[in-house]
Amino acid sequence: MVEAIAKEIVLRKSYLPDSNIETIYFGGGTPSVLSRLELELLMQTIGEHFTIAADAEITLEANPDDLSQSKLEIFFQAGINRLSIGIQSFNEDHLQFLNRVHSAQEAENCVRLAKQIGINNISIDLIYAIPAPDHSILKSDLQKAFELDVAHISAYCLTIEPQTVFGNWLKRDKIKPINEEFAAVQFEILIETLAQNGYEQYEISNFARNKQYSRHNSSYWKQRPYLGVGPSAHSYNGTSREFNVANNAKYVQAIQAGSIPATYEILTAADQTNEYLLTGLRTKWGVNSGKLESLSGGKFAMLHQKELADMKKNGWLREESGSLLLTASGKLFADRIASDLFID
Amino acid sequence: MKKIRNFCIIAHIDHGKSTLADRLLEFTKTVTKREMQAQLLDNMDLERERGITIKSHAIQMNYIYEGEEYILNLIDTPGHVDFSYEVSRSIAACEGALLLVDASQGTEAQTISNLYLAINHDLVIIPVLNKIDLPGARPEEIKDEMVELLDCKREDIIPASGKEGIGIEAILSAIIERIPAPVGDPKAPLQALIFDSVFNSYRGIEVIFRVKNGSIRKGDRVKFMATGKEYIADEIGTLGLAQIPKQVVECGDVGYLISGIKVAKEVKVGDTFTHIDRPASEGIQGFSEVKPMVFAGIYPVDTSEFEELREAMEKLQLNDAALVWEPETSAALGFGFRCGFLGMLHMEIVQERLEREFDMTVITTVPSVQFRVLNTKDKLMNISAPSEMPEPNFIKTIEEPYINAQIITKSDYIGPILNLCMDKRGILKNQVYLTSERVELQFLIPLAEVVFDFFDKLKTISRGYASLDYELAGYQESDMVKLDVMLNGEPVDALSAIVHRSKSYEWGKKLCEKLRELIPRQMFEIAIQAAIGQKIIARETVKAMRKDVLAKCYGGDISRKRKLLEKQKKGKKRMRQVGNVEIPQEAFMAVLKIN
Ligand SMILES: Nc1nc2c(ncn2[C@@H]2O[C@H](COP(=O)(O)OP(=O)(O)OP(=O)(O)O)[C@@H](O)[C@H]2O)c(=O)[nH]1
Ligand SMILES: [Mg+2]
Repeated sequence: MVEAIAKEIVLRKSYLPDSNIETIYFGGGTPSVLSRLELELLMQTIGEHFTIAADAEITLEANPDDLSQSKLEIFFQAGINRLSIGIQSFNEDHLQFLNRVHSAQEAENCVRLAKQIGINNISIDLIYAIPAPDHSILKSDLQKAFELDVAHISAYCLTIEPQTVFGNWLKRDKIKPINEEFAAVQFEILIETLAQNGYEQYEISNFARNKQYSRHNSSYWKQRPYLGVGPSAHSYNGTSREFNVANNAKYVQAIQAGSIPATYEILTAADQTNEYLLTGLRTKWGVNSGKLESLSGGKFAMLHQKELADMKKNGWLREESGSLLLTASGKLFADRIASDLFID
Repeated sequence: MKKIRNFCIIAHIDHGKSTLADRLLEFTKTVTKREMQAQLLDNMDLERERGITIKSHAIQMNYIYEGEEYILNLIDTPGHVDFSYEVSRSIAACEGALLLVDASQGTEAQTISNLYLAINHDLVIIPVLNKIDLPGARPEEIKDEMVELLDCKREDIIPASGKEGIGIEAILSAIIERIPAPVGDPKAPLQALIFDSVFNSYRGIEVIFRVKNGSIRKGDRVKFMATGKEYIADEIGTLGLAQIPKQVVECGDVGYLISGIKVAKEVKVGDTFTHIDRPASEGIQGFSEVKPMVFAGIYPVDTSEFEELREAMEKLQLNDAALVWEPETSAALGFGFRCGFLGMLHMEIVQERLEREFDMTVITTVPSVQFRVLNTKDKLMNISAPSEMPEPNFIKTIEEPYINAQIITKSDYIGPILNLCMDKRGILKNQVYLTSERVELQFLIPLAEVVFDFFDKLKTISRGYASLDYELAGYQESDMVKLDVMLNGEPVDALSAIVHRSKSYEWGKKLCEKLRELIPRQMFEIAIQAAIGQKIIARETVKAMRKDVLAKCYGGDISRKRKLLEKQKKGKKRMRQVGNVEIPQEAFMAVLKIN
């Protein structure tokens, strides 16, 4: 598999408009299973065919139970300088509710260990809106994060998707549907507490101290081209998006035969405008009015005069130096606002 | 012509008309065993799904009787009151009728009303006691009822079972022996009565007619007398299971005509066509006009589809002559049509057919009857939509239509039926025992109370045993009020209704509750209010939504989420906006669901 991925990197070396790489992200599934040799092979292949910037952000996604001392050392030596750890919660009961295999203690330890080894840029994932009688566990989860002094926190609302364990529980009345009011209050507590402790909400679900934003994720929201390799990976070159097959065997087979097993969709002007709105409005940078006009072929403001005025009047949207930004109350309705502003 | 017999099958709903038609078609070998299926003539999907006949259906059979070949034109008709216009037009194309009576149910409301329709057209009635195979059949008792009703001889009643194929031969003999051959002059100028039509997108409009005088040949030049339009008879023929093209359709016969007519408006059911070269001096008297009982607005879901809707309605009207309409506008719904229907089932079927046959999804507004309003300037106005109702201070009196309702039921259910009718502001006029167990109740009752859910309720409380027929019984003064609905203070014209004052509070309350269920939460609170004039009589609140934001949005998610939001936006587009409130289309039909 890893060889196939390395081969795909070679096959796709001209996909991006230029060969300078600013961020690398090992994610999706469990990249922490990579051995030293495999990781080195990938890094080396990228290095051979692209120019990796000296200050490149190189992130690896991992779960606490994967992060042993030896693993961490391998990652550090291979050049990984940022970890995104799926902590979810520091509370034992909540971890169990989420079906996690790691313990609260492991969650805490791995952060400390990573720092000792020298990976200081650490992001953790937290889940909020887990059913609870009050907000104390959320607050203690946040306290723990502050104590560990992580650079970055991604906070996601618990979602119940059909055809998942939670979905089935919901169907069989084993759990209650997520209480919207509860989730909204938790979201507000989260934003406030994080702000008080120096974490800036630079995207709906992402918070960073001292501008230690995820440069990799930020480039998704800024519509910058990226190349994704491996099964199910997706890539974007500014006008189209490609999706590799999910099936491992099919993927390897195709790559061995020298072809890329991908489907793609061409993004129309409307698609590009809508994606920019969808992602841009979620960020602290908002969406730039000039860019909206150029993406939409000059239609945007004309089409949405009334909506924009209403949204401003209702205090959901504000305009600042040529950009549209969501207000604090607008952030609770980011999706609805974005879709109301979509164009056809 | 002597060998032609034109007859229809009439009865109360479900007494087995279509099933008996199956047996006749089978016995005369009009259809093969392979083609046969239950209620073969109910060929519309809607008819099959609901198990009822909606459209009259004409079909020709050949039958050899005592060595001579006869042409038998059969028309199967619907039994439900809402489709009685189909029955009355079929009757005009026939000389005789089979009147079926279910041997376990006995004569019911539409047995009687359809019988009178036939008698008024001088049709020969052949009484058939159907479903004699049923374990609950009471042949002797029901025969008594029939003799009483028809004033016929007991031995004239043919016992039969459509299901078991009993009595079929006797029925065919009776058709030939008792029903006269059509009268008409084969040599006279052509007069053909159009009694039905269908829109066919490939072949243009197909016209179903009965030749009263003269005959028509393929290629003849014909003129439609009411519209004055002229055509060439490109194809004519008779109606088998499929159309059977012919060179000529003779005097007295039933047939179809295709002449490349594409414009629905050019064909009027009830019109007569004749030859251009040798025209008849006048048309045959058409059909009495339909008297719609219920009125409602029909609007396209997508406001831009008004013209498409008009076209669809015109095409549907070809095949549903009981549908009438005129354009109407609503502040909430845009351009649409005010339509008249024969009842709620008719309304539902129209809506379904528009959707299925013409791909038009529509919004239907609160159904209403037609009121008569005398304004302060002594002008009498017919009001069939709340929006037409003048302000209260300009109204002298309001009158509402009443009906004479005949309910036939088992005597066990008299109590609950009396309660129901009283609750519906009805007055018992008469009570007649048909037999020791069956009773006919006559009520004077406001039509407005009957159109909604009366029939369903009647069926429920009588375990399906009561049947209802009604005729208009003029107007009476009533204390009616216009009830308006406001969303965040903005009136929604399409939700207004005209209701009796004694019921207005309950109506307002239930409507507000239903709307609260149907209107999705928005980013702000929505106040739903019902009001009579300035006075608020009910209020509900749709709480504001707290949050609408996805958790994650990275790389590959983006296009999936874009599509999700695009879909949501599309859904919203189908909603109507009044002030700042978005209203889903179901909400406009909420009134129909408040009970
Ligand atoms: N036992 C018995 N059932 C019958 C007979 N004829 C019809 N049925 C049943 O009665 C029901 C109604 O039959 P239809 O032939 O559809 O009745 P219809 O009079 O055409 O009904 P509408 O056209 O809707 O008024 C069906 O379930 C039939 O199977 C019969 O002779 N005996
Ligand atoms: Mg039938």
